[in-house]
Amino acid sequence: MILKTLDIDPKDFESRTGWAIKPEGACKGEVCVPLPAGAISGARLDAHMLSERLGMPLIHDADAKVWCLGPEAMGRALTTAHAPELVLPDYQGKQFHLSSLRGQKVLIVTWSSW
Amino acid sequence: MWQALRNELHPHGLEIVTIALDVDTEAARQWIEQTKPNHPSLIDRAHRVDELFGVINVPNGVWIDEEGMIVRPVEQAWPERDSAPDWQKMADSPDIPEQLRETLQLASHIVIQPKEYTSALRDWVVKGKASRYALPPQEVIRRSGPRGQAQAQAAAYFELGQFLWETGKRHLAPRHWREVHRLQPDNWTYKRQAWSLADPFQGQSELYDSCWVKDVKKIGAENYYPPLNLSPPSAK
Repeated sequence: MILKTLDIDPKDFESRTGWAIKPEGACKGEVCVPLPAGAISGARLDAHMLSERLGMPLIHDADAKVWCLGPEAMGRALTTAHAPELVLPDYQGKQFHLSSLRGQKVLIVTWSSW
Repeated sequence: MWQALRNELHPHGLEIVTIALDVDTEAARQWIEQTKPNHPSLIDRAHRVDELFGVINVPNGVWIDEEGMIVRPVEQAWPERDSAPDWQKMADSPDIPEQLRETLQLASHIVIQPKEYTSALRDWVVKGKASRYALPPQEVIRRSGPRGQAQAQAAAYFELGQFLWETGKRHLAPRHWREVHRLQPDNWTYKRQAWSLADPFQGQSELYDSCWVKDVKKIGAENYYPPLNLSPPSAK
């Protein structure tokens, strides 16, 4: 996720990465990673702490003054088999939530114009 | 491309969601409007599905069941088509621009498995959990691609480059995308996106060390799509 500051709103963090901040730590599906006590009670999350605990690369463009926090490096592309929420615009610009299809089987398939 | 299969299987409980991986929304939108799809047709400018699901190429597919559980992770996903393009014939045509000839020759050696894929998909739609192609959670995780530091960093560098591209700092993007190519050379959506913005034929440009022809030759066109693994879960 793109960051303008290294303090992260837990709600933004969850909707972007799928990691929810709970009393037991940062959780995605059935996986929970303990966080330092201060991280859970505080209103903001420290990007360096998340980077270290979840194995998320934190990179920086000094010219543009932005950071990017990458996905967790836990060995496999999927940390859990629970499908992550995916919110993307459709071709008419309307936001679509993948979770709106619960109750049906879904095939998601990629393509491109290039 | 997916409309016919969607119309066949939707009454049996399947929805197909197509996702265009395109920094350039307008290019994707024009294609979609021509086909007038009746299924969700989304545009993913930041290639977010690479990060979230482990997508590495197009077309790649993922199956998700009624409860929101992934039952097959990323793999090549080709529908059957009435008439597949004859790449070799196109490559032999005198009207083809010279810089495309080698691309088409290589394309003719790419191996795809539309029959196997669509028959597995139909089996799952009918049988659900009982389908031999629906995998349990541990197997789904095991068969999803590798995500070590290199792949995680590649996702971050791609997103940073895309953000800069989109916010008026296009000149700052290529140096991050070069990192992406070094870190995760088997991710073709990251590579082809960057090449296509430097050269419409994805040929050699001064911005990148590699191009489609060079990199496909390196691995062999027949290995461009890893073969489907349709075997049942391995025993513990």
